[in-house]
Amino acid sequence: MKRIGSLLQDRLALLSLFIITSTLLAGIFAPWIAPNDPEEVHMELRFASASWEYLLGNDHLGRCVLSRLIYGIRPSVLGVLAVLAISVGIGTAIGFIAGYFKGKLDALLMRICDIMLSFPGYVMTLGIIGILGVGLQHILLAFVLMKWSWFARIIRTSVMQYADAEYVKFSKTLGIGSLRIIWKHIVPVTVPVIAVTSSSAFSSMVLQLSGYSFLGLGVQAPHAEWGMMLNEAREVMFSRPELLLAPGITTILFVSAVHFFTDALQVALDPKLGSSGRKKQRKGRFQTANLQGSEVA
Amino acid sequence: MSLLQVSDLRIWDGITGNVFVPNSSFELKPGSCLAIVGESGSGKSLTCRAIMKLNKRTIRQSGDILLKGIRLDQLSEKEIGRRRGKQLYLILQNGMRAFDPTSAIGIHLRETLVHHYGWSRSEIVDKMKQAMLMVRLKDPVEIMNKYPHQLSGGMLQRIMIALAIVLEPDIIIADEPTSALDTVSKYEVMEQFVRLRENMGCSMIFVSHDLGIVRKLADEVLVMRNGSIVERGDASVLFSEAEHEYTRFLVSSHTALNEHFKRVTGGPVYVNR
Amino acid sequence: MSGYIFRRSLLAIPLLLVISFLTFVLNALSPMDPAELVLHAQGVPRITDELITATRTALGMDQPFLIRYLDWLFSCLQLDFGNSYVTGKPVWSMLGPAFLNTLELTILSVVAVIAASIGLGIVCALTEGRWLDKSIRGAAFVLTSMPSYLLAALLVWYFSVKLDWLPTTGKETVQSYILPVSVITISYAGHYFRIVRSAMLMNLNEDYVLFGRACGLPESRITIRLLRNSLQVAVSVFCMAIPIILGSTVVIENLFAWPGLGMLSVKSILSRDFPIIQAYVLVLAAAFVVVNTFSDIINALINPKLRENDL
Repeated sequence: MKRIGSLLQDRLALLSLFIITSTLLAGIFAPWIAPNDPEEVHMELRFASASWEYLLGNDHLGRCVLSRLIYGIRPSVLGVLAVLAISVGIGTAIGFIAGYFKGKLDALLMRICDIMLSFPGYVMTLGIIGILGVGLQHILLAFVLMKWSWFARIIRTSVMQYADAEYVKFSKTLGIGSLRIIWKHIVPVTVPVIAVTSSSAFSSMVLQLSGYSFLGLGVQAPHAEWGMMLNEAREVMFSRPELLLAPGITTILFVSAVHFFTDALQVALDPKLGSSGRKKQRKGRFQTANLQGSEVA
Repeated sequence: MSLLQVSDLRIWDGITGNVFVPNSSFELKPGSCLAIVGESGSGKSLTCRAIMKLNKRTIRQSGDILLKGIRLDQLSEKEIGRRRGKQLYLILQNGMRAFDPTSAIGIHLRETLVHHYGWSRSEIVDKMKQAMLMVRLKDPVEIMNKYPHQLSGGMLQRIMIALAIVLEPDIIIADEPTSALDTVSKYEVMEQFVRLRENMGCSMIFVSHDLGIVRKLADEVLVMRNGSIVERGDASVLFSEAEHEYTRFLVSSHTALNEHFKRVTGGPVYVNR
Repeated sequence: MSGYIFRRSLLAIPLLLVISFLTFVLNALSPMDPAELVLHAQGVPRITDELITATRTALGMDQPFLIRYLDWLFSCLQLDFGNSYVTGKPVWSMLGPAFLNTLELTILSVVAVIAASIGLGIVCALTEGRWLDKSIRGAAFVLTSMPSYLLAALLVWYFSVKLDWLPTTGKETVQSYILPVSVITISYAGHYFRIVRSAMLMNLNEDYVLFGRACGLPESRITIRLLRNSLQVAVSVFCMAIPIILGSTVVIENLFAWPGLGMLSVKSILSRDFPIIQAYVLVLAAAFVVVNTFSDIINALINPKLRENDL
């Protein structure tokens, strides 16, 4: 609780948290918040600039840019969040089983992870979309398939660290059940790692998803999505470059907020991180792992 | 005339303004050994590093540091760099981390000696070989070709001592050189320090929280607590007639522990030899 | 050392086999019947059941699964990935040149990324906490929060449209390399320089730096040691960056109409040209494994500690 308290004292973190939560809420309550129907075409309003009715103006089909942005949160952010939750869930379960029980099961699970990780994420996602066809749900499916092994690896490493701790050995000798030990002693200390890892994966997944939509492989017209809005804007980039601004700034703002929040979370949850030599190796590994996940869109 | 004189040394954090060492003054006589004892965080290491101006950039210091009549604190970084190693030599606590992990031990030794004395390769190998044999390191040449992670902490500690023997500095500052070692290695390393004192007549500042070692090695003792020197005096006197409560506490807890240890093991222990 | 290289290389073989198998399975999972697709793609006006059966036999689809896999694997080893459903040309004749183009872009970008990351990382570490460090990190923060295609679009808009200095698309002149390589460099160096920076800072607090200084070694020698140790961390990260960049040139290629794998793959996905997609996944995954193997070996060469650990 104290850690959360220190997080709340960091103004930048607080601002990031505010941006993230308000984006999520806006996405959930999009039908009530959005001023207009995001898919309603008004050819007479093509490229209209901002007005009281259409606060951010209209796009090449005269649709309300603001409403499209708000509806776009659903696939761009909420979809990614759901997928993140699923893959972190799978990764955590496997990471805990492998890290706590070790032995042959661990070896087997980690070999599977190694194989999954030896596929470059981008390529596999393209492969899966290629086979199953374009569409948001296939990209999200590909995300789950590609990401769980990465989470499993990181979580296993951190579980292993604590599973060897003296107090855990002590509890084992006392004959306390495995589930109880995991719940009481290991879950609390691995939560920071899980939180920081998922948070940093979140931003890169949002960027990736928008990248695929930008290529026309994700959300299909006429539905709104940030990457697709950018793609539509790009087509008229030479005549109307200002259309890039709204979805571009929104994406940057949201992703920066997640970045800042991740950093703050990392500092708040593990103040020792990087300050002492003993932690050095762990941090190194952590970063390396982070990078593997952070394929830039 | 003292070899090293430190007066009004003050060490503080340049960013937060926290004062680590408010005001310390002490001196080291030629050929003697000054021990600095105290618990962890009492400012012993900071004091040692301040003498060589080796603290991190964010840590500031003031006060006069006089080595053979030269004001070290007024020297430029380049000038003091020339004196480090050659006149003032620092032995660190953890030998495992004191050497560059990416290169063989010999490379560090050679770079240092070439820099200070400009000796040829064979001269260096010769001198290091002798020094390493003196500190009971077998196969010196082989050791010089090894990487730090291939050697034990005790061996690395003795390599640092061997380098000191070759460099012949005016003062050796040993910052808890045995704290990270197991008992056997500790004994082997201590033995070398005693010999260094006996054979070379080396002046030394020896930082430790192990009173048994201090008693064996030191002529004079400084007791530090929370950055201040709370007691100073002759080693032999201090152990029997400590004035400050804290020193008495240190000594008594040490003696009590030893008595207990003797009773349990039924024999004398190394720390009291 | 040679023993390590041998063992490490040997380890790549089963991995490659598993990858090829998974790629094959992936293709078999497709909800579409390849025979139908081929006929569609060839523009056959009326598709009859006989025609489908004939095509299936021609494609060897009546064979058992494992036999088909082995057949496919052996032809893949001879770079025979079948024919494109759409153009009917051999896959390799399309994939090969595209692969080289992508490789070219990747290598140039990787060199630029490494140079920029090391340079910026060192500058930031040496000026830690001062305005230069802060402004570089601030700029990197914004740039890495930006989707790379947006960055690309902005650069194109400014340099190609407003200033008319550089071509917007294609791969004809030397100038056409500048924008794609810069976009990739900015996106990735923004991540990687931080690793170099923090590795440098972490090493700065190490005892070997202190001891080196205590021995009176000149600052230049100490900086060399610092670099050697910091770059050790960075090398493994950079090695990992190569396959990542290789895989993620997709967006950039499509944006700049770079005739590489990324463009080919997206085109094939949209036209459901399975043999190309399959070959694309296989070739890139294999490249990924090979690069990873090399990077492990390079790491072991630099870091003597790794050599002794048994893989």
